Order: sequence, then structure tokens, then C-alpha cells
Amino acid sequence: MQTEIKFAGFGGQGILLSAKLLAYAAMKQDFFVAWVPSYGPEMRGGTAYCTVVISDKRIGSPIIKNPSHLVAMNRPSLEKFAKDVKPGGVIFINSSLIPTRSERDDITELIVPANDIATKAGSIRAANIVALSAFAAKTKLVDLEILKNCVKEEFAAKAKIIPLNMKAFDDGVNITNNS
Amino acid sequence: MSKVLMKGNEAIGEAAIRAGCKNYFAYPITPQSEVAEYLAKRMPEVDGVFLQGESEVAVGYMIFGAAAAGERVMTTSSSPGVSLMSEAISYISAAQCPAVFVNIMRGGPGLGGILPSQGDYFQATKGGGHGDYHLLVLAPDGVQEAVEMTMKAFTLAEKYRGPVMILGDGLIGQMMEPVEFPDDLKTEPSNKDDWATSGMDTRKSNKRNLVRSLFLDPKELNANNLALKAKYEQMKKEEVLYEGYNTDTDYKVLIVSYGTMSRVCKTSIDMMKQEGIEVGLLRPKSLFPFPEEAIFKAATKESCKSVISIEMSMGQMVEDVERCIKGQKKVDFYGECGGEIPSPEKIIDVIKGLL
Repeated sequence: MQTEIKFAGFGGQGILLSAKLLAYAAMKQDFFVAWVPSYGPEMRGGTAYCTVVISDKRIGSPIIKNPSHLVAMNRPSLEKFAKDVKPGGVIFINSSLIPTRSERDDITELIVPANDIATKAGSIRAANIVALSAFAAKTKLVDLEILKNCVKEEFAAKAKIIPLNMKAFDDGVNITNNS
Repeated sequence: MSKVLMKGNEAIGEAAIRAGCKNYFAYPITPQSEVAEYLAKRMPEVDGVFLQGESEVAVGYMIFGAAAAGERVMTTSSSPGVSLMSEAISYISAAQCPAVFVNIMRGGPGLGGILPSQGDYFQATKGGGHGDYHLLVLAPDGVQEAVEMTMKAFTLAEKYRGPVMILGDGLIGQMMEPVEFPDDLKTEPSNKDDWATSGMDTRKSNKRNLVRSLFLDPKELNANNLALKAKYEQMKKEEVLYEGYNTDTDYKVLIVSYGTMSRVCKTSIDMMKQEGIEVGLLRPKSLFPFPEEAIFKAATKESCKSVISIEMSMGQMVEDVERCIKGQKKVDFYGECGGEIPSPEKIIDVIKGLL
């Protein structure tokens, strides 16, 4: 069984970090994982994206055209990648920045105002953590406690911002569970 | 040692540290600059030297100098940078000093692009620099192998007293995968008395070593070339590495592919298996020495109708594949370059066209 998740947004939105944390948590659960960033010229000024592959077998091609799920942090990402998601997948839409929807009826939309939730939690910069935990709670791809520990570990050197990210994480999980 | 999640570039840097390499000289170039970034921080922690040269030409000769002095030494670069180092690689080969070169290939020729490519196969396996020399070339297919091969490269460089190249590509450099590091190599080069210009204080004999690549006496030059040739023949006997995938079936088509491209081919093979189509893969892990016999054997299996070399190039390794198969089977080629890695579906289309 293999699952692929595309994270996309503006450069600076923490796309690569969200993706890495998901991959890290999956690795801790003994899955095979690959984290593949886009590093082409499109990164400069345009959409940044990153794919995580999680599998119970050795991963063949880490290059994925049609991911199982999409986490779209801004409008261009949704417009560009929504059509690629495999039927039955989850499309996370950061509704703080995206007024539109995927226009697909064969996937599940998870609509979360990640920027607003993060701002309320203390900083807009934690929007990627809100998105990550909301998405993880919806898809149940990894154990949420393990994932939360990965977030904590990631910020170990910046202890000051751990409480903010822990709150952002919990708020993300709650909004999924209450929706 | 537990698993860690690392970028290929950083993992290669850490592998060098764990192989006991205390000297890393480089010049930044995408898509491998993270090796330099990582080692700029890490080398001082182990009392090693990180040095950014003024160009790849200079770096090549810094490597030569450190190797001649009996130090474990590595550099990393990407295609255009390796072209600039090629002169020094030829000199180091002639002078028979051990060194590790990593090429995280990007698209060429010229400045090309920054995305993954396998366009430097010829450069790595057939020369690059001038004269009768070969590099021992290892081609990893992911982060774990990049680590294992980088560490092994130091041992092989010392065994054969010559440069060893790790030939990866931008994807392997940029991708993160879980990796487990093998046990550290801690010892100094055990045979450094044979070539090193330093270490007279601990040397048992009074023999002084001269490192040179100039042999004006034709007899001497011929002898040096024969000594190199003997090493390459020994490599062909002792260092051939490859992997077979789905080769225990009655495959109709045999794919030969290495590195990143071979992983895409494996996915294609798995997908075709679901449809009842058996395709085999022979993946060279050492590109020089090339797995000649293994490819011949796999290609001449009775069920196998044709062979195809699939590369992120315009057709380079295919020449070696044809050479090994000696006209016994039809050899096709499929390749793309520019940076877009061919998809598993594309490979399936190509294979079905051969059936």
C-alpha cells in the first residue's frame, strides 16, 4: 500500500517543513518514505511544492504525477494541482487564502482557515502546522501523537515557539474532528 | 544505529565524516550545494578541513595535493563543475593517488539546467580527462545507497590507489529518505606508506615517495599505463556490482537502467506484472567496471526477446549494453533529458511498443 501526498503553497509558507514532519512521523512508524522537493526554476516566485511518499514496501519511483492527496496552502496550488489528485483522495484547502474550491466531486475537501487559526493561536507562521495536523487527523496516515512529537522535536532548538506550535497542532486536529 | 531522515546531499556529507575523511574541498553548484553547506558545519566538529576553492579547477588540484599527502579526501560537484575538475582527475589517476569525487548530475551540455540528468555517463566511465585512465564509478539509486557507496568509495580508492566516483543525480541529492549509517571507518589509509609524501616519522623504511604524472621516458610511461591497466582488469574481476529485479520470471523484455531511472522502471515493472506482463530489470550499481557478463546472461535468457536501455540521457549507457550483448539480441533505447524524469506510465508505453 502506497500513499502520496503533495504539499503546495508559496515559498515561505512552510510547505517543505510540513511535508518533512509527515515523512518523519511515517518513518518512525517503520514505513518506507521519500520526501521529494521541487527545486526547479519554478521555485523562484511561484508555487513551491513537495511530495511525500509513504509505503509499506520499498519505494520505486519517487516521482509522482497523481498523488493520493493534496494540501493546498494557496490558490495557485489548488488551481494547478487539484485535477491531479486520484479519485477518493483528500484535498486540504487553506480557506484563509483560497476563496475557490476544487470543482471535483470524486474527492473529499477539507476546508480549514489555517492562517486564521494560526493567527489566533499566536502566529500566522504556524499555519503550516495547523494544515499538517488537520490533514493528518482527516487522513489518519500517521499516529497523531507521534506526529505531534515530531513537531516538538523539530523545534527543540527554539523552545520558545514550541507552545505556539503545540497549540496550532491541537487546533488543527480539533477543527477536523469537529467538522 | 537507528534510522534518520536525511537529504541525499547531507547524507553523503555525513558518510564522508563517518568514513574518516577529514578533508573536503569544493565549490558550490546546484543541485549539490547542501553537501558543502553540511560539511562547512560538520568538518570543524571533527577537526577536519572544509575549504571552498576559488573554482572547481583549483579544487581538483587541492584534492590531488591532499591525496598525495596521504589524507582521505573528497569533493562533490555537479556536471559543469566536474568538467572543470577533469584535468586534475586525469593527473590524479596517472599519479595513482586515492580520492573520492561525487557528481550529482544535472542537465547538460553547457550550463544545461539544474534538474536531474544522467548525461555524464560517458564522462564518468569513458574518461572526461585525457589519457588512458578509468574511474571506478558507483551509481546509487537512493539515499541509503548513496551513503553506503560513499563510504565504500574511500576503501576502494585506497585499494586501487586512484579516484573513485559516485555518480548520482539531482533527485538523489535533493530527496530525503530514511538512512542507516554503516559502522564508521576510523583507520587512516593502511597503505599510505606506498604513495604518501608525508609520514616519514612513522614510516618503517626510509623510502621516499615521489608523486608525479610526467614520465618522459617512453618505457616508464608505458609501464605506468600498464600498471593502471592491471588495476582496471582487477576491478573487472572484483568490483562488479549489480541488482536483478523480476529476473527470476520468464520476462520478454529486459530493461537495463541505473540510478533514479531504475527506480521508475521498477514501478513500471510492478504495474505491468499486475497486467500479466513480465519484464526484467538489470541495474548496474557499478558503471565501471560494467556488469558485462550479468547483462549478457540476462539478455540471452530464452524468454527474453529484446533489451532496452532506459536512461535520463540521449543514449550513453546503451553503447555498453550493446557491447555486452554482442549482437545476440535486439537492443533498443529510450531516454529523456531536460530534467523531467520519465513517468512509470511512459516507460510502460515504451515497453509495450516492444512486445
